[in-house]
This record gives sequence, C-alpha cells and structure tokens, in this order.
Amino acid sequence: MSPTRTMPPFDVQGLLSDPDTRIVVCCGSGGVGKTTTAAALALHAAEQGRRVCVLTIDPARRLAQSIGLSELDNTPRQIPGVGLEAGGALFAMMLDMKRTFDEIVEQHADPQRAEQILANSFYQTLSSSFAGTQEYMAMEKLGQLAREAEQTGEWDLIVVDTPPSRSALDFLDAPERLGSFLDGRFIRFLMAPARVGGRAYMKIVGTGFSIVSGVMTKILGAQLLNDLQTLVAGLDSVFGGFRERAEQTYSLLQAPGTTFVVVAAPEADALREASYFVERLQSDQMPLGGLVVNRMHTTAAADLSAERAAGAAEDLHEQKAHTLTAALLQLHANTMRVIAREAHLLERFRGAHPAVGVASAPALAGDVHDLPGLRKVGAALTQITHSA
Amino acid sequence: MALSAASSAWDAVRLHVVTGKGGTGKTTVAAALALALASGGQRVLLMEVEGRQGIAQLFDVPPLPYDERRVAVAKGGGDVFALAVDPEAALFEYLDMYYRLGRAGKALRKIGAVEFATTVAPGVRDVLLTGKAYEAARRSKGGKRGAKLAYDAVVLDAPPTGRITRFLNVNNEVAGIAKVGPIRKQADSIMQLMRSRQTAVHLVTLLEEMPTQETIDGVSELTAAGLPAGSVLINQVRKPALRGETLRAAGKNELDAHEIEAGLKAAGLQSHDGLVAALLNEAHDHAERITLEKAERRRLRSLDTPTIDLEWQPDGIDLAGLYELADEINTQVKA
Repeated sequence: MSPTRTMPPFDVQGLLSDPDTRIVVCCGSGGVGKTTTAAALALHAAEQGRRVCVLTIDPARRLAQSIGLSELDNTPRQIPGVGLEAGGALFAMMLDMKRTFDEIVEQHADPQRAEQILANSFYQTLSSSFAGTQEYMAMEKLGQLAREAEQTGEWDLIVVDTPPSRSALDFLDAPERLGSFLDGRFIRFLMAPARVGGRAYMKIVGTGFSIVSGVMTKILGAQLLNDLQTLVAGLDSVFGGFRERAEQTYSLLQAPGTTFVVVAAPEADALREASYFVERLQSDQMPLGGLVVNRMHTTAAADLSAERAAGAAEDLHEQKAHTLTAALLQLHANTMRVIAREAHLLERFRGAHPAVGVASAPALAGDVHDLPGLRKVGAALTQITHSA
Repeated sequence: MALSAASSAWDAVRLHVVTGKGGTGKTTVAAALALALASGGQRVLLMEVEGRQGIAQLFDVPPLPYDERRVAVAKGGGDVFALAVDPEAALFEYLDMYYRLGRAGKALRKIGAVEFATTVAPGVRDVLLTGKAYEAARRSKGGKRGAKLAYDAVVLDAPPTGRITRFLNVNNEVAGIAKVGPIRKQADSIMQLMRSRQTAVHLVTLLEEMPTQETIDGVSELTAAGLPAGSVLINQVRKPALRGETLRAAGKNELDAHEIEAGLKAAGLQSHDGLVAALLNEAHDHAERITLEKAERRRLRSLDTPTIDLEWQPDGIDLAGLYELADEINTQVKA
C-alpha cells in the first residue's frame, strides 16, 4: 500500500546532492509539517556535505524549536557542529519582516527621508502588524540570501519554508501586484498632491481624479488620506528598488537551480490544497520537484485486513476471552482503515497529477523537535522505495 | 421555543470565531459548531474568509458564491447558511451600505483603488473580512431597526491561530491610524463587538505538542489584546484501546507475546511471529500516543478556558460525521 508503488518516485536524494540545486522552496497548507520538512531536508543536505541556509517565514518559532535554537533573528546563524564531518554546514534564520522592511527603506532612501518614513505611524503599522507584508518581505529576503550566496559563498543551497495557508501564493504574486500598482493610475493619484500641491494637480492627472478624490476623502477622511499620500510619496524611491528586486527574485524562482517542493499531510484538505499549489506552480511555470507527504501511517501486518481484524476482535469479545488480543486487533483494524483512507486520498491526487513524483515520511508516534527526529524524517524522504 | 443546547451556555454570544493551527480541523469544527448552534430551530450563518471553499467541500455542495445559501438542516430543525466572503465584493457592499456611492464606485475600480485596497495594501483585506462578520452578526431581519436579528449566531471560520489576534485586532490598528472620521467610527464599533461578551473566540487543537503550544500562546495573546477566548475544542481525541497496567506494559514493550499468540489462535487467525510483532508494535505506538495526549491535556488544563472533546473518526469526516461532532458539542456544552 506504499504510495511509491503506484506513483513515480520523487528523487529527493538526487535533488539535494545535485550541486546545481541552489534553492528549494517548500510550500503547502498550514500544519502539514512544512517547517519540519524544510529543516529535515536542510539538515540532510548539510550532513552530506552541502553548505545550507534554511529560511523560515513562519511567525511561530517552530524551526527554532525543531533545531534546538532558542533564538533566531534576521540573519543566518550557523548551527554548531552540524555537517562538519562531511564538510558541510547548516545556517538557520527566521524572517523578521519589520527589520527587513526597515533595511530596504534605509538602503533606498537618503538618511533624512528614511528617518521620516521610519517614524511615520502609518509605516510602522504597515511594516509590523499587517498580514500580507510578510509575503512581500519573504520575497525580498530570499533574494538577499541568494545574492549573498553568490558573493560570499557561505552557503550553496537555500531551503525556504513559506507562510502557511494560501497566502503563501502571495509570495508569487508580489512582483506583479506591486508592478500593476506602481504603473497604475492610482499611485499617480496618491502622489500628485504631494508633488504639485493644491488643486493644480487635477489639470495634470485628469478630471476623473476629482471624483475619486472626493470619494476617498469621504471614505477615509481628509487627514487619513493625507497621511497615506505623504507616505506613498516618501516611499516612491523605495518602491522602485523593491519592485526591481522582487522581479529579480521572481525570475530567480523560475531559473534552473530552483525547485519547489509541495508538502502535504495525507488528509483531504491538505491534499486538495497541494493540488491547488501544483496547478498554480505549473501555471506560473515554476519548476516543481514533487510532492512530499508527511505522517503516512504504516503497518508491518498489511495482510491482515481491517475487516478480518475487526471480525476476529468481535469473536473474542463474544468468547469473553483474550481481551488484550481483542484490543490489539481492534487497534490494528483502525490502523488499516486509516491506511486505506490515506491510500485512497493519494490515489485521487495521482489521478489529477499523474506526472508528479511523491516521497513520503511515516507518522511518528511523538513530535519531531530535535536533530535525531529531523534525521529520521530526512532519511525517510530521501530513501527511494522501488516497486515491491 | 426550543432553544438549541449549545446556546444555553453561550446565550449572549452572537459571533463565534473559530481558529486553530493548520491541520487541526478548524473548518470541520466550525461547521460542526454551526450545526450544534442551529439544532432545535435556530438560524446560523457559517462564514469562511480564506477563499478555500472548505465549507462547500464539507457539506458536499457546489462552490459557494458571495451569497448566503442554506447548506444544511440541523437536528430538530434549524438552518445553517453559509457564505464565502470575497474581499472585493465586501468592499463594494460596505461602500454601498454606508456611502451610497453608485457610479463613483466604478471610478474607484477604474483608477485601481479597489485592486489596491484588496490586494496590495496590507491589512485592508482583514478590515473588510472582519467588517463583514460584524455586519452579519448585527444584522436585523429585513434590515429594520429594533427587529429580531437575522441570525441567532454567526460562526466565523477564521485565519489560523498564529494570525488570529492580529486578524481580529486589525480594526484597533486602523483606529490607531485614523484618528477621526467615518473609518474610525466603524473600526471602533467593530472592536467593541469583538471585545464584548457577544463574541467568543474558540481554539481548535489536537493533543500534540505544537498545536497545544500554539493554543496556549493563542489564548494569552487574545487575552492580552482584550479579546474573549471562548472554548478550546480538542479534535481527534483517541479512545484508549488499553488501560492502566496494560497500557504501561505496551509502552515498555512488555506485553506477553504468548498471550497474544493464543488469542489469535482462539479467534481463528493464523498466528505467526511477524503478525504478533506487528501488533505489539502498533500497541507500543498507541501507548506512546496516549501518553503524549495525557501530557498535552495536562498542559491545556493550565488555561482557564473550558474544553470540549471531539472523538477521532478513523475513516475521516463525512456529512454524517459532522452531525456526530455537533451532538458531541451540544452534549458537552449542556453538561
């Protein structure tokens, strides 16, 4: 009943040991073990001699927990001792979105203007507490790490964990959204008064703007609109640089050397989301490596079916004997039912995406939160089980 | 009037927000809660905001449009309506309701202001989505002032635990930016509802380390933000197959293999070493899992929040399973 028997295998080992593999992006819905997968792949590659940097974007400090780091800041920190024997190394970092945003501002605006922007209350809210900012900043940070890899050679493989749920796709949308905003008429509307002042700007940008201006003032109030306009005008130079870099990162994602790994758990929701991710990546022409399915249930007694086990348990109940064996048989019947359900769900995925390779890791009874646990997951994912 | 069992403990609550770490079954539990609240003749609206169409999948109906549709009839009568909120549609609805913009709305779209608000500008989506939940929870029948409420309860399938406080608190951020004006007024009204006894934020969890940790963190973040934590719904609770000394022995790999062999023979199964070893191994994993669940439950007890257990269903959740979960919720809330 192993999924790899009916599906093309996903050669994770080959992917990680290929020196041409430079970036591995793990995506998938929340709670499927994405962070664990990213950390396990990074650890495995490092212990096989690669110099790896793993970037987590998730706000929960899960990666930190799973690799035994108590603190992760916005710069990669080397994990002592890991990969040394094989000549590899492991660095880990967690995205600090506000810090990343601040750095872009400081880099692209002159000091005086940067100071004004950083002090703007609208900016502070935008950069620290709104959903969405994270995805934009993730893009930026990945680009930075890739450039650092080229310049310093500190690492030659970057493994990225993406934000949970569908918003992970905003990661792909960021450049286009920014582009259409920056090329659009709305930004000209937002910036016009700051540049021209007074009502003169209407002559420049057209009368349609007066309607919009009226409506916006009515909705937002004059003061809020003014704050927004001041911020956008101030961020003008920053936006340009940010967009250019977002576009670079986007092409980096499409370039040879990058591989997307879709992560799922063997649950209906998670696999439906995985399908969605696969389709989305294909339509964006992003290179898809394969599907990783975590927490697959397994048994060493697959030839005793759920029905026979449950029937036998019932027999024993009627005999009012061997309660222990009856309990174990009932337990086994449940396990077999879970295995059947998982196999069925994977089969459905395969029907929709026959060409996508699959690698799987078994469900462990306990949680994975240390290096030995991650090694187990890494070993399972990189082991190709050939048809029996 | 027949009151639903669940509403007797949550009498004052109009807006039930359901959050949970990804993979804990948040949408399933939100749907079961809606069924539980509707049972006995109530009208309940179940809203989703993440564009996943999870509700349609659960109730086995076509994808939901931006329209409130009846998706299920609860036990003892009562209706569950469902709505998949689309931020853009919510924006126009909001503008229409409060500003009667008419054609000016079109100008906003043409210039790109709508796209900016719903996709580029961070946070605006959350403002629109929470705004819609507020509107639905406060709506009266036929839109008349003083009339009965359109829904007895609204259940919001909200973003995951890691984001929930930020999501619900977004109007507080807005209030920080807009010092005066209509947006400020709206933001203040929404925050007032969110922080009142009319709102309960329920957290769905599994008895596993990380979901439990996120739940504990989630409750303290909500509390710190002045948002009311409701119940912790523990999903997929395993019934122990072994108890007491037997469970301990299974965990230590000390079960008697001969006894199992004899049991298999008595049941007419062909026993062999491989089978016995496999069963012992499954018993060991089960014991480890039960021990872990007990430890996680102890951690959850450190919270003041009441808990509701939802039993694990090995075949997954179908429509019949949802009704079972709804029954479990009603029984425990009544108790």
